[in-house]
Amino acid sequence: MADAKVIPFGEEPRARRKARRSARGTALAPVPEARTEPEPPPAPRPAGGRTLDERIAGGLAFLRRRITGDYEVDDFGYDKELTDQVLMSLLRPLHDKYFRVEVKGMENIPAEGGALIVANHSGTLPLDGLMLQVAVHDNHPAQRHLRLLAADLVFVLPVMNELARKAGHTLACAEDAQRLLERGEIVGVMPEGFKGIGKPFADRYKLQRFGRGGFVSTALKAGVPIVPCSIVGAEEIYPMIGNAKTLARVLGLPYFPVTPTFPWLGPLGAVPLPTKWTIQFGEPIATEGYPAEAADDPMLMFNLTDQVRETIQHTLYKLLVQRRSVFF
Amino acid sequence: MGNVVLVTGVARQLGGRFVRRIQRDPDVDRVIGVDAVTPEHPLGEAEFLKADIRHPAIARVLAETGVDTVVHMDINGTPLGSRGGRASVKETNVIGTMQLLGACQKAPNVQRVVIKSSTSVYGSAPRDPAVFTENTPPKSLPSGGFAKDTVEVEGYVRGFARRRPDVAVCVLRFANVIGPCADSPLAEYFSLPVLPTVLGYDPRLQFVHEDDAIDVLRIAAAAPRRGTLNSGTFNIAGDGVLLLSQVSRRLGRPTLPLFLPTVTWAGTALRSLGITDFSPEQIRMLTHGRVVETTQMRETLGFHPRYTTAETFEEFARSRGPGLLPPESLARTVDRLAGVLSARRGPIQ
Repeated sequence: MADAKVIPFGEEPRARRKARRSARGTALAPVPEARTEPEPPPAPRPAGGRTLDERIAGGLAFLRRRITGDYEVDDFGYDKELTDQVLMSLLRPLHDKYFRVEVKGMENIPAEGGALIVANHSGTLPLDGLMLQVAVHDNHPAQRHLRLLAADLVFVLPVMNELARKAGHTLACAEDAQRLLERGEIVGVMPEGFKGIGKPFADRYKLQRFGRGGFVSTALKAGVPIVPCSIVGAEEIYPMIGNAKTLARVLGLPYFPVTPTFPWLGPLGAVPLPTKWTIQFGEPIATEGYPAEAADDPMLMFNLTDQVRETIQHTLYKLLVQRRSVFF
Repeated sequence: MGNVVLVTGVARQLGGRFVRRIQRDPDVDRVIGVDAVTPEHPLGEAEFLKADIRHPAIARVLAETGVDTVVHMDINGTPLGSRGGRASVKETNVIGTMQLLGACQKAPNVQRVVIKSSTSVYGSAPRDPAVFTENTPPKSLPSGGFAKDTVEVEGYVRGFARRRPDVAVCVLRFANVIGPCADSPLAEYFSLPVLPTVLGYDPRLQFVHEDDAIDVLRIAAAAPRRGTLNSGTFNIAGDGVLLLSQVSRRLGRPTLPLFLPTVTWAGTALRSLGITDFSPEQIRMLTHGRVVETTQMRETLGFHPRYTTAETFEEFARSRGPGLLPPESLARTVDRLAGVLSARRGPIQ
């Protein structure tokens, strides 16, 4: 927070701004270096150092469990084995190679117990949520699984709802969120919802309204910390220059994106631009100190919501200032 | 204390088993079974009264026998045997419950009423929370069929509990009861050689074992044990969840995914031809699934089911015989493949 307040945004003379920026550059010297060097793998991957034989045996054991139905799912339909072995492996190249996600502040996510990660939402398609899930799982020392709260549209669509449930996501409602938090899971929420993900390109990195702030009262009731999270890079994957509202209404969608390539190039236009992403987790906001009835105090809820929102917005600006290019 | 128990719906398998079981309880002096048709299975020493609960005659039965505990199990989704259609089932469910509760209200001896309801009161919709508690209001009320019946029945039960506060009323919302001899539409569905499913949906299912169902009904019908309370509404389900895809693999029956409109249309066609009783709300359940929370059942009612959902299903699958793709032979095939591969790679290294 303290850093965010001194970020220059045009109110200072150019010379001073430049001076300060160069000063910042020296302070942040290791960051560009880390970018150019290949990063060491943050967490040991299970399939990494095994021989082919072991891998074949492991694959066959997996196949055996799958085709005989000998695996477990939780009450929400979360299939841990499928997520670890298949879904994560499918998303990982996108995370590591395509968007080259850089993750900062992982120490702000607790090693055990519940936490509510609140992130900004952008990018026309909810790829940011999926990348956040991979980022938390692969970079956290305890390899924690993020349980995202998804829009009801996800659970209305066939195939989508099946995959979302198996990957551990559930409907964004207070009951589900609280149940997951009380079990000690890490829950991810993007309170901007469709307003955030479907905003025009011109409004990029401007946080939209944070719903009704229900996420704060849920975190308070469960007594878990709120971890603000800022995602930079997802805004530019599909620059939404227009919204075909009539078509969206006909299809029953909240918006129908028009980008420079979609729908003009057909399926090819649906390929996201290979932007460089940064995911920064901020310092957790503790909620245990509040009395039980605090969750029903609207003023406190508004204040906390604003605090979370401001933190994310400031971190976004800070990361944008540090960013050299959209693609590198 | 002299207990006189009246059980409705004894012509069904579950009702019959409950009557046979409860007469062995030392607290129970007399068991009276009531149904509109004569049961095909024996009821032991219980008295059977052929009476239709839709008629006011049931009030006379209650008054003459001095019943103090009423276990209402005649709330069903499908008609018994091939007789009657949906209309008569609905009438038995709704009008029957109204008459029975009206009779209970007039009977001063009645101290305890147990209702066998179903978790279908919650409906099944994509916009519902993942896990229902007893207090969760459904997002979309069931529009018809058995689910609507149960909603109406529970409405009458709440009214009765208000008018007779001295009576302990217990509503048990059962998840799908299956077991070696349960005759439910879901059991019928799982007996098909190929299971038609809805493309792109994998519902979460919960099961209750028949034995557990009988046990929990006994707990609800008896005086509450120390530290527990057996009046109120309780979800009854085994621990854990199975996905329909898992169920089909464990049964060894392949699935046939169909588009949702096709399934709905085929269901309507088959129903109107009288081939199956598969109702739209069951199709919805097999599309979106339904999971309930059972903390109240454990902590307040003090009932701990012996079988988890998976164990219940295992027992059921054993009673049904192998399907087209038995899991054992699939597992053997994979093991053989693994053996062949390791043998082939052995000499190379």
